[in-house]
Amino acid sequence: MSSPTYAYYPGCSGLGTSKEYDRSTRAVCKALRVDLRDMPDWSCCGSTPAHTVDHIFSAALSARNLGIILAMGLNAATTPCPSCLTNLRTAEERMKKTEFGERVNKLLDAPYAGGVETKSVLQILVEDVGLEAIAAATVKPLAGLKVAAYYGCIMNRPPELMRFDDHENPMAMDRIMTAMGAEVVPFPLKVECCGASYGVARQDVTAKLSGRLLQTAVDAGADVIVTACPLCQMNLDLRQNQALKALGASFSIPTLYYTQLMGKALGLPEVELGFDKICVSPKQAFAAMGKAKEEKQKSSQGSRT
Amino acid sequence: MKIGVFICHCGSNIEGTVDTAAVAEAAMAFPEVVYAKDLMYACSEPGQDAVIEAVREKGLDGVVVASCTPRMHEPTFRRAIERAGLNRYMLEMANIREHVSWIGKNREANTNKAVDLVNIAVEKLRRDRPLTPKSFDITRRALVIGGGVAGIQAALDLADGGKEVILVERTSSIGGKMAQLDKTFPTVDCSSCVLGPKMVDVAQHPNITLYAYSEVEEVSGYVGNFDVKLRKKATYVDWAKCTGCGACMEKCPSKKSLDRFNEGMGGAPAINIPFPQATPKKAVIDAEYCRQFVKGKCGVCAKICPTGAINYDMKDEIIEVKVGAIIAATGYDLFDYTKYGEYGGGRYPDVITSLQYERLLSASGPTEGHIKRPSDGKEPKTIVFIQCVGSRDKSVDRPYCTGFCCMYTAKQAILTKDHIPDSQSYVFYMDIRAPGKLYDEFTRRGIEEYGTRYIRGRVSMIVPKNGGLLVRGADTLLGQQVEVEADLVVLAVGAEAAKGARQLAEKLRISFDNYGYFMESHPKLRPVETNTAGVFLAGCAQGPKDIPASVGQGSAAAAKVLGLFSKEQLENDPQISQVDIKRCVGCGKCESTCPFGAIHMIDFRGQPKAEVIETVCQGCGICAVTCPQGAVQLSHFTDNQILTEVEALCLF
Amino acid sequence: MDALNLNASYDADFVAAVQAQSGQNVSLCYQCGNCTAGCPYTFVYDIPVSQIMRLVQAGQKRRVLESHSLWLCATCESCTTRCPNDIDVARIMDVLRHMARCEGYAPEGAVKAFWDSFLESVRKHGRVFEVGVVARYVTRTGRFMTDVDLAPRVIPKGKLSLRPHPIQGKEEMEKIFKRFQEQGGCL
Repeated sequence: MSSPTYAYYPGCSGLGTSKEYDRSTRAVCKALRVDLRDMPDWSCCGSTPAHTVDHIFSAALSARNLGIILAMGLNAATTPCPSCLTNLRTAEERMKKTEFGERVNKLLDAPYAGGVETKSVLQILVEDVGLEAIAAATVKPLAGLKVAAYYGCIMNRPPELMRFDDHENPMAMDRIMTAMGAEVVPFPLKVECCGASYGVARQDVTAKLSGRLLQTAVDAGADVIVTACPLCQMNLDLRQNQALKALGASFSIPTLYYTQLMGKALGLPEVELGFDKICVSPKQAFAAMGKAKEEKQKSSQGSRT
Repeated sequence: MKIGVFICHCGSNIEGTVDTAAVAEAAMAFPEVVYAKDLMYACSEPGQDAVIEAVREKGLDGVVVASCTPRMHEPTFRRAIERAGLNRYMLEMANIREHVSWIGKNREANTNKAVDLVNIAVEKLRRDRPLTPKSFDITRRALVIGGGVAGIQAALDLADGGKEVILVERTSSIGGKMAQLDKTFPTVDCSSCVLGPKMVDVAQHPNITLYAYSEVEEVSGYVGNFDVKLRKKATYVDWAKCTGCGACMEKCPSKKSLDRFNEGMGGAPAINIPFPQATPKKAVIDAEYCRQFVKGKCGVCAKICPTGAINYDMKDEIIEVKVGAIIAATGYDLFDYTKYGEYGGGRYPDVITSLQYERLLSASGPTEGHIKRPSDGKEPKTIVFIQCVGSRDKSVDRPYCTGFCCMYTAKQAILTKDHIPDSQSYVFYMDIRAPGKLYDEFTRRGIEEYGTRYIRGRVSMIVPKNGGLLVRGADTLLGQQVEVEADLVVLAVGAEAAKGARQLAEKLRISFDNYGYFMESHPKLRPVETNTAGVFLAGCAQGPKDIPASVGQGSAAAAKVLGLFSKEQLENDPQISQVDIKRCVGCGKCESTCPFGAIHMIDFRGQPKAEVIETVCQGCGICAVTCPQGAVQLSHFTDNQILTEVEALCLF
Repeated sequence: MDALNLNASYDADFVAAVQAQSGQNVSLCYQCGNCTAGCPYTFVYDIPVSQIMRLVQAGQKRRVLESHSLWLCATCESCTTRCPNDIDVARIMDVLRHMARCEGYAPEGAVKAFWDSFLESVRKHGRVFEVGVVARYVTRTGRFMTDVDLAPRVIPKGKLSLRPHPIQGKEEMEKIFKRFQEQGGCL
């Protein structure tokens, strides 16, 4: 299945704290023949802080990038970060109203005419590539690995804006993981907020909210959590100790980007996937996965003799 | 002509913003008007007497009344002039209340407009002709569609009134939703115990013919003379032979068919009698689950049936009946709560609907009246009830209030305490609607005597936790987010129109609203009539309501039918279409555009011509507009009359 | 708590401004509490979101704008998604936050400091320089121990660039910020 060309908007954290997400996303897209085109001189969409200041201002920061995409001759864009996604989509929607659009354009050097649709990388993998193709490309199935899929609060909400997956029980990552051989455990807090960007200024908030998510994943029997948002991943992984302290608990559970696991299942070289960048290492979970596979093979052999 | 014009003050309703005396004076200048007077209340006895007196004294042959909308008093004034000796159709009305005095305060403008409206009424009246309704015979047999409590009541009242009734019910037993209930509020009567005798009466009444497991296939004809085709669906059991002994149910190897009566809780055998008091008590095979039908191998029930009633080759049967009136009492269905993803979207077995809970409470239900969690069969100790699931909710396109859920939840919470004394029930509500007799007292009893905890606020999400369910809601009175760890969650789902209601409405040629509920003639004053003559409504088919209201409407609809049948013959409304045969070219366009099937093509001396079926025509005028030749004219609203009104209005 | 005089205390201009800027009709809210029920941040709010909505309906400008809740809302969209009256509650919270900022309210100083530091970094470089943001934040708030426990985890993994990634178009970015301020925007 050939996919159209997408302008790729990595988002600022992709250069820093979520480097491994950007790298594994690019690697997976290349392997599955999703055509990503880098954007020249893209700028920050403003993420959360911009929209807390003003909506016109926030839209302007996004619109500058949408203008770059149009100048590339493209109408379709993709980003791995849900915050960037919501800003780009919101700007596009709201600028359809003349008054709003005019006020935004007054802030820009060049006005933005509209016409770019931004989708998440996850949506493109499911819709353009398709689960069958993903399953077919799997060379190292994730058999024996129990995965909890955590989507985060804004990726699919509000549904009128995001228009992709179910907003209470999204299944895109679940389905991809299942297609690649993993066992996806039912995870009831798929869209519950992790604490977002409050980690720095109000650590108590992220610690509590992420703590609850980690506990739920462990209770559900997961070996690893997969996520599709740099901030969720950071709160659950980098800040895991802070969360555990708030919980008064002492387990550990790795949180990976779904693209990293996809890359592993596709047999891509580890250097492209960045498992070493994960704070709570998935080594043990992967080792156990290998063992479970061995046990299974042994027992099926045993039953034959 | 000698036309008399009467302008009504309607107290200050009209006189407040219209100079009625001036209007009367202006009216005298109109052609053929010989008398004009303003009256305080034209519709009152002295008002009508004044009109009648004027007709007699001045020798009037036509009357214009300028007052309220004809929808209010046209029949009143028609009867009045008939008493005065005129043909009742020599009356025109000008609406100077709803169309003038109630929409603006400028007295001069209003008076001018009133004068204009009287002018065009006069012009129309000048071209009116006396009309005579035609009389026709009536079939004094009624059809009641739907065997719930409303339909049952209607059927019984009609039968007791000496009329033949055909009762059609699409499931295999009458009783409807009420039969599925355990107890009813506010008396906590056992539902089947109070409904049962009525069901038996229906079965035994000599005037009632019951067709269960049947549906209405086709309806044609008109009030007093409907031709109806019923489809008796194949039950694969010969009901003439079936004794309802239940031996087939015991031996049937397929035990997992959809148990509709128990709302999908537990399974039922593929050959089933839905509940012990089923009327008629006859078995039905569900071919989707029956091994004989699905795999071609079984036949156990046929072997075991002592009367040899099983017949796998049975086919649907069409029955034709003639009736004079139809009562649509098709009830309601429940909102599909799986739309609420935040409540589990149907994935959590211990989140159930109120009707499913009712079946758990019932001694003849899937758990024999023991409240058990569907997931593990354990007795729940903490039960959370959530109100307004699919009611008062614009986001799922159900903005209306169902009106009985507050009451049934209060009842269920009280019964829960009876069943499980050490249980604790919580009810999350927004408002409590308890308007009926002893209703509010009943809800208070639940709180004051049975310890039900009412929490004012909605529930945002339900998530599984430690084998139970964590319910996250709000107590807005405390200003607090709250959580309850529940063993079982019961959703008070709202009502929606019964499945298939819209399709039935099309067959009956009645209207329905946005939500599929059948439309009454007037929401306040004519709740059981429709705008289609001869078709009446009863029960939740017209809008969600509680049992006493449904029963009341059942009786009301029956009374309407008995009133209809008490006439020797029926008269049609003569303000209907007429075909001028000389102008008709037989194109047939009118026949295809008539929404009532009231025009048909006949052969007139070898040529096709249109003919109006006078008893069916509703006088809508669509044919008159359609006819390219102007051959079809609507009496009292002819093209010429309308054009004269326009001319009168446009000339200064 | 004194009786609230409804005639005098209702700020109609405030209500109108909230409705105009958010595009929402606050009368649609029938105070069901679904938003509060689902809001994951209620545990740190001083006023739960449904009561913020009630205060807006009651035209109580000061009480709303001085609340901490506005600064702790993460725009997670739980409220908007589940509101039975299809009200975009998250958007109203954002709009109230804009107003609070413009009127000088900042009861959660650290939160504002973080967002301001973030935006300053964007203004200067065109893209966020994560280390720079934390540095500015720490300087503003004096909270030198912020996330020091994370340093040993994140630095050896090379996840933090120690240099910013300025873009070519950073003049345009500066112009966006400047024009916004010139038009009365409250940065």
